[in-house]
Amino acid sequence: MTIQPVALRYVRIVAILRHLVLLLVFVTAAISVAPVWSDTADHSQIINKLAPSLKDRKTIAAAIDEIVTSDAPRKRIWLESLLAGTLYQRKSDDMVVHAIKTDTGFDLTAALDGSAIGHVGKREVRKFKINNSLRAQLRSAIAQMALQDSDPGSRRQALERMLQSLDEEKMAAINRLAEVETDSDVHALIQTARQLDALQNGDSQSRLDAIDTLGINTREPVVQALQKLTDTTDDPAVADAAAASLAEISQRIAVFKQVETVLFGLSLGSVLAMAAIGLAITFGVMGVINMAHGEMIMLGAYTTWAVQQAFPVIVEFSLLLAVPLAFAVAFLVGVVIEFLVIRHLYGRPLETLLATFGISLILQQTVRTLVSPQNVPVSNPSWLSGQWLIDPALSIAVNRLVIFLFCLAVFAALMWLLRKTFFGLKVRAVSQNREMARAMGARSSRIDAMTFGLGAGIAGVAGVALSQLTNVGPNMGQSYIVDSFMVVVFGGVGNLWGTLLAGLSLGVVNKFLEPWAGAVLAKIIVLVFIILFIQRYPRGLFPQRGRAAGD
Amino acid sequence: MNPTEKAAQHGEGIDASTGTLLYMEGVSVSFDGFKAINNLNFYVNDGELRCVIGPNGAGKTTMMDIITGKTRPDSGEVWFGRQVNLLKLNEPQIAEAGIGRKFQKPTVFEALTIFENLELAAAGDRSPLATYRLTLTAEQRDSVAEVAQTIGLQDQLDNAAQILSHGQKQWLEIGMLLMQKPRLLLVDEPVAGMTHQEMDRTGELLCGLAGQHTVVVVEHDMDFVRSLNTRVTVLHQGSVLAEGNMSDVQNNPEVIRVYLGE
Amino acid sequence: MLASMRGDRGGQIVLSVLLVATIVLPVLNLALPESHPWHVTTYQLNLFGKYLCYALLAMSVDLVWGYMGFLTLGHGAFFGLGGYAMGMYLMRQVGDRGVYGNPELPDFMVFLNWQELPWYWWGFDWFAVALVAIFLAPGLLAFLFGWFAFRSRVNGVYLSIISQAMTYALMLAFFRNEFGFGGNNGLTDFKDILGQPVNAQTTRVGLFVASSLAVIAGYLLCRSIVASRAGRVVVAIRDAENRTRFLGYNVASYQLAVLVVSAMLAGVAGALYVPQVGIINPGEFSPLNSIEIVIWVAIGGRATLYGAVVGALLVNFAKSWFTAALPEYWIFALGALFVLTTLWLPHGVAGIRRRSVVS
Repeated sequence: MTIQPVALRYVRIVAILRHLVLLLVFVTAAISVAPVWSDTADHSQIINKLAPSLKDRKTIAAAIDEIVTSDAPRKRIWLESLLAGTLYQRKSDDMVVHAIKTDTGFDLTAALDGSAIGHVGKREVRKFKINNSLRAQLRSAIAQMALQDSDPGSRRQALERMLQSLDEEKMAAINRLAEVETDSDVHALIQTARQLDALQNGDSQSRLDAIDTLGINTREPVVQALQKLTDTTDDPAVADAAAASLAEISQRIAVFKQVETVLFGLSLGSVLAMAAIGLAITFGVMGVINMAHGEMIMLGAYTTWAVQQAFPVIVEFSLLLAVPLAFAVAFLVGVVIEFLVIRHLYGRPLETLLATFGISLILQQTVRTLVSPQNVPVSNPSWLSGQWLIDPALSIAVNRLVIFLFCLAVFAALMWLLRKTFFGLKVRAVSQNREMARAMGARSSRIDAMTFGLGAGIAGVAGVALSQLTNVGPNMGQSYIVDSFMVVVFGGVGNLWGTLLAGLSLGVVNKFLEPWAGAVLAKIIVLVFIILFIQRYPRGLFPQRGRAAGD
Repeated sequence: MNPTEKAAQHGEGIDASTGTLLYMEGVSVSFDGFKAINNLNFYVNDGELRCVIGPNGAGKTTMMDIITGKTRPDSGEVWFGRQVNLLKLNEPQIAEAGIGRKFQKPTVFEALTIFENLELAAAGDRSPLATYRLTLTAEQRDSVAEVAQTIGLQDQLDNAAQILSHGQKQWLEIGMLLMQKPRLLLVDEPVAGMTHQEMDRTGELLCGLAGQHTVVVVEHDMDFVRSLNTRVTVLHQGSVLAEGNMSDVQNNPEVIRVYLGE
Repeated sequence: MLASMRGDRGGQIVLSVLLVATIVLPVLNLALPESHPWHVTTYQLNLFGKYLCYALLAMSVDLVWGYMGFLTLGHGAFFGLGGYAMGMYLMRQVGDRGVYGNPELPDFMVFLNWQELPWYWWGFDWFAVALVAIFLAPGLLAFLFGWFAFRSRVNGVYLSIISQAMTYALMLAFFRNEFGFGGNNGLTDFKDILGQPVNAQTTRVGLFVASSLAVIAGYLLCRSIVASRAGRVVVAIRDAENRTRFLGYNVASYQLAVLVVSAMLAGVAGALYVPQVGIINPGEFSPLNSIEIVIWVAIGGRATLYGAVVGALLVNFAKSWFTAALPEYWIFALGALFVLTTLWLPHGVAGIRRRSVVS
């Protein structure tokens, strides 16, 4: 759709006119509020206007308006408190207070200056009650105030909230902001708001222009406005344009949904891959199934918990400390297991499976006895929480992204260790031909212990990552042994790249199945698929072929 | 099972009227780009004792794998007699058709007695229900005793196979093949790890088999091959380099180059 | 069948003891007054009956693990299916005596607002149908599993782990309410079996006798298999699969046949177990349960059959003693059993006997 020059000019004139009107409104408002600015002592009067009107909601509404236009420094706190239902009136002197409920009554702080004024009984205060219309009024008032916030991020959030339900007043406030705003993101939002306003309230031409200018805009309010427009407008040109734009937008949103599913799947897959890589090492290199592998993951998660318990001040950095510690703990336990049990069972993989299962029981029960049979709380550092917003319709949880990157980093480190170091050379040598490696001077028993420790250590590191996603408890490792083994076999035994790819792809497949199959059924489907896959291709996706495969 | 396959059981119905029992023509197979067998043409006459030699990686074991159905070739044809296409059968069917195989590493059933080892190899209906109901016939008992005599284990019939020496296990495995009454016997490195006396005895055994059975022996040990005094095929890089009696082959300049290097 | 018992000293002893117990214990329970020192309480009898079901289950595992070399970590699935088939029959016998008093639907279906009985519940009013299902359901699962696994020659730890995945997937499925088997709570609150009240003393005695006879019959069946030439083929497969194949045996069909027989035995064990404990829930499918069976067999001594019976009884009586006396430590003990048996007692209790006989 192209914009006619005439139409463009017309839009401009309308816009300028509207600006003029708004300016007028603004100036009038400013003048009417002006006297209050000069008198700070009057703040108590302003808030006390709320007080007598506890039951009369109209008066409260008026009082709220007055508070909004006042220059009281704490006015936003008042309104937020009113909205949250923590604003009370002290019966003894009708003083407006913030009250925090305790077992015996309320802790009060003065609304006027925020100073603590002690504890009162339950019956000594009256609550300011509000209804839904007041709530709406409060929200919009708070939003408008937020528009004046000095932080551009807060202004942006306030704008986004306003987009949900634009009205003349909000537009006025937004346009006011436009005059002074310097942040480009906020400006972009202001433009969106204006177009949205035009969509909702403009004439046919301005609507067409707005549709064109908005382009593929995936914001929920825009989608809703366009939808409404297609359904209600009389002008077929507008309806067509809106429908066309809507189609493009929904397509984009659908794509984003897929992207989101892929990203979500990748993060799940990273966990699977990390859990499986350790197993891939012990199984691929030593031909040993370590049924206690899940418990190594659990030990890693408990190490994270222990670090946070021991150094509560550094919760923010606890993970940085937990990663090497978890590796060390799991590594040591792994080496001990290898020394005490595994090495006596080489060449008997099924017996190893049973013995390590026994070890997993013992480790679980040890944690139950020493720590607790319940889950333990592991806190998430604040830098891991939050969302990374790429588009209004596409956001990624930071912790999931970090876990994906962490998985890649662990994998890279492992690859480096196996490919570029002398230790790695020896591990590969032992895995390919134990006798020959021994003949060449590799002490295979020591290599085995180190390899087993390495596999366990990586599981421990995976446990640190998992502690950020799921509950940490004695049983947490149990479900990972089947999953991990499936990933290893699916990827092809002895092929770490295969393990990584298999883990990631299984994660993605799982997430794609979940919406229509449900989480449990999706898991069953994936399990059955892998069972059938293994039976068809027992050597996995990336098999080692030829003589080395050794049937 | 269709009538032709039924008739082909234990090699009785194999049509070797042209004198050739095994045909391999234009057979190729590769693992990850490595050509283990490369356009191989290999024929064995009925009743013949044939030796196959060749350096490591020449494709000897892979050739055995193809004949017995363990490995499927990428291209080529493998026929047993004129009518049985081996590429269409799986391992047990090929065994039923009359091809027996002795592995490089002696493989006997360690937990079973020598009698039981031989008994399992005896020809007969091999379905689970049939073997569940089966009781041993006097005839089979006699043939077990006979074979045990041949391989020199007649005094150890009730001992578990795991107590046998390496050489005895090799013989037991050959004995099992005899019980199977195959038309064609494939023997992979029968004298690896044997003492000289054991080797001589194995040589006698194999020579005794030729005639009643067709035997293909893959072997590294040149002295042993020479002692068999029979036709020799030299494999190199997956195809036939030379064929003839031992002295011809030994004087073949190509063979000398391959074995001794340039 | 009895001919196959020749030469099986351990089996002869175990079966004789069982036969005596089958006759004597019910008499001690029914004929003697409670005050009599030799009186066996119904509770004890019931406990023993439960453990006999475990013994049958252990035997079915020994058949595939000990003789065929397939370390199954999923036999709980067959046990559970047999149990559910019996549980469905028992649920139908409840009739309108459930909490909701609905004559058509079991309580949990009323609770889920289901309007009619799902098709797979049809016919379970009749014991004969349940009886067929007790054999057929586990047998069919085993057949499908084996058909895929054995034909593509999956073996060793691969086979073990996918058997674990099989029971794990079933557990997840049975936990779901929509699956139609009572979800989390499973099937319980049974009233009658074959017209007799489930909790009556005589019924309990009957169930004990039935379990004991099932163990004896199962033993004779297993023994007849392993003593036949087919049994030797199965051992041959365990020790040298390829050799057996090149001798002309269709390895997969033997493995399949043995697995199906074993799964049916496990199903019978589950079916006898359910009325004695009064409940069946998805917990029976948990991988831990399946792997515990393996340790009973390992302790008793595998590839002996009677070892499996002895091991199951031994470990489970130890378990009841432990969980009463030192509940915290049972898991430690179980874990240690796994490690120590594999390290130092690879032939189990039966191995000790054999060694002492040799020396």
